[in-house]
Amino acid sequence: MTKKLVTQAIVQCNEQGDKAFVPYIMAGDGGLQTLKKTILFLQEAGATAIEVGIPFSDPVADGDVIQQAGERALAEGITLRKIMTELASFKEEVQIPLVIMTYLNPVLSYGLQSIAADCEASGVYGLIVPDLPLEESGLLKEALKNSEVALIQLVSLTSPAERIEAIAKAAEGFIYAVTVNGITGVRSSFTEGLEGHLERLKAASSVPVLAGFGISTPEHVRTLGGLADGVIVGSAIVTALHEGEYEKVRTLINASKNQLTNS
Amino acid sequence: MTTETKGRYGKFGGQFVPETLMTALQELETAYEEAQQDPAFSKELDYYLKEFVGRETPLFFAERLTKHAGGAKIYLKREDLNHTGAHKINNSLGQALLAIRMGKKKIVAETGAGQHGVATATACALLGLECVVFMGKEDIRRQELNVFRMELLGTKVVSVDKGSGTLKDAVNEALRYWVSNVEDTHYILGSALGPHPFPQIVRDFQRVIGDETRKQIVEHEGRLPDAVVACIGGGSNAIGMFHPFVDDQDVKLYGVEAAGSGISTGKHAAAIAGKQEGVLHGAYMYVLQDEDGFIQEAHSISAGLDYPAVGPEHCHLADIKRVQYDSVTDQQALEAVQLLSRVEGIIPALESAHAVYYAVQLAKEMKEDELLVICLSGRGDKDMQTVRDALGGQSI
Ligand SMILES: Cc1ncc(COP(=O)(O)O)c(C=O)c1O
Repeated sequence: MTKKLVTQAIVQCNEQGDKAFVPYIMAGDGGLQTLKKTILFLQEAGATAIEVGIPFSDPVADGDVIQQAGERALAEGITLRKIMTELASFKEEVQIPLVIMTYLNPVLSYGLQSIAADCEASGVYGLIVPDLPLEESGLLKEALKNSEVALIQLVSLTSPAERIEAIAKAAEGFIYAVTVNGITGVRSSFTEGLEGHLERLKAASSVPVLAGFGISTPEHVRTLGGLADGVIVGSAIVTALHEGEYEKVRTLINASKNQLTNS
Repeated sequence: MTTETKGRYGKFGGQFVPETLMTALQELETAYEEAQQDPAFSKELDYYLKEFVGRETPLFFAERLTKHAGGAKIYLKREDLNHTGAHKINNSLGQALLAIRMGKKKIVAETGAGQHGVATATACALLGLECVVFMGKEDIRRQELNVFRMELLGTKVVSVDKGSGTLKDAVNEALRYWVSNVEDTHYILGSALGPHPFPQIVRDFQRVIGDETRKQIVEHEGRLPDAVVACIGGGSNAIGMFHPFVDDQDVKLYGVEAAGSGISTGKHAAAIAGKQEGVLHGAYMYVLQDEDGFIQEAHSISAGLDYPAVGPEHCHLADIKRVQYDSVTDQQALEAVQLLSRVEGIIPALESAHAVYYAVQLAKEMKEDELLVICLSGRGDKDMQTVRDALGGQSI
């Protein structure tokens, strides 16, 4: 039973008639001490899992909102190592799986030998590395081999059919379906072909498919959630948390509940 | 000599990019392979290199510099005489023609010194392509006139004030822009960096430097040189110069990184000297970074060398010890700017001055019948303000 924890959390959520909701937070935005409070709040508010972002000096896949949150976190001296230690300190209180989203270089610098065990000790059951496409994933996959930690792959709108198939076949945890051509950030609209794209992805994949990038309103959560097994919401959550608008966060999460009728 | 499986140079290189770019990179790879096999493509490129850029560039015997150094005979490969003033145009033109082949009408590029930006803006004006260039805020300050040049050429220059506001941050923004506009836009990367196939494409388009040098030195001297020296930012002028000589074991190759205020001060741009490996901008390379894997800012008086990594093929050539990499400080480069200006009547770019300084020291240790070639990658016009400020008026 390896690498199933994240998958199970999403499947169980779907079985209860809800879509999965995975909020993205920038770890250490507002200081390391806010991390526990934020995670426990999101858990209580009904998140299925939480994507914990690690700040990086050169976040090429991120838009302005997450870049700025990252800069605030970097200014607080946040590092992957500090986040791992902090997460381990309140692991017992977290019942939903955590997923770390980090660029590759901090992981390499952390050390591939210790990453899997340290993730497990911190309640982290998935890694999303946006600059690690399938072709380059071998090294990290090997490092996570005998652990509960899934290496979650992204699929983009530009990925051709054979590529989607190859990624789906290798998929662990869930598939992160990038819903725009671009970087993270709030969008007002999505392309026409998205529905068919997500349908094909779901057909090709044995793990759940979550839609992410650009999803920022309860309306988006409902429509895009309806087309997939759930959603990931980044910039809108990061902004709401930064501004202390906790009710906004609840409204977004609530939009994912009682949704299964569409699918 | 170098192994090239899947865009790898030994353990360096690769394709560490967001999934959205993978398809574009594979398209680029295919289009490039087709172009390489199409004689019409190289014919067209050769035409523009000759008639528009002014190639071939001379290999000039620097008699007074040779006398000054008092050792090996020094030749200068005059890339400074190219249209737009540096080697960068060789690559910009090649990639712009490639973009047209791929049916892409829009170009995005990054620039540090502004030389690659100007070269790309020029190629786009020549070929009727739309162009946007990202440039760090700090570099815009250092290279104000190059910004004006690009704008005059019809390019939109976007200031990047994130991070250190230099080349690495401009590459980040250019990559973000490319991810968001990948369907109709080609990214003309300006150095032998980035994900495969960029390091190979840039090297191949810059190879003309080394190919010409090889032919010219034989014309002048009847034999190959004993030493070849080039400066290393991302490594494009150097790899273009070195590549045709890599299999000639008797030709010693020297790459010169920017030591900034000195390696020991930590304020430098010498990634190979730093010896730390990591991933930046899509490739596994030697990268300046801290113990948490955050990329560090590079420091050099020359904007074109101010990059915290070195292209993957150079990393490999360093590992197998085929090329020797050393570094030269800001002060030494400034000295070399003055020296070359006075003894040869050639004002070199600050980047190239790093190679000049190193080569003069090297020449002193070589015999009088030995031959040394310096890749004079660019001219110094763009640096006049910087050099004047740094010298505080003292040399004039
Ligand atoms: C004149 C000149 N030389 C050298 C460089 C360094 O780049 P590379 O190492 O790619 O040749 C630059 C970069 O802008 C340049 O303008």
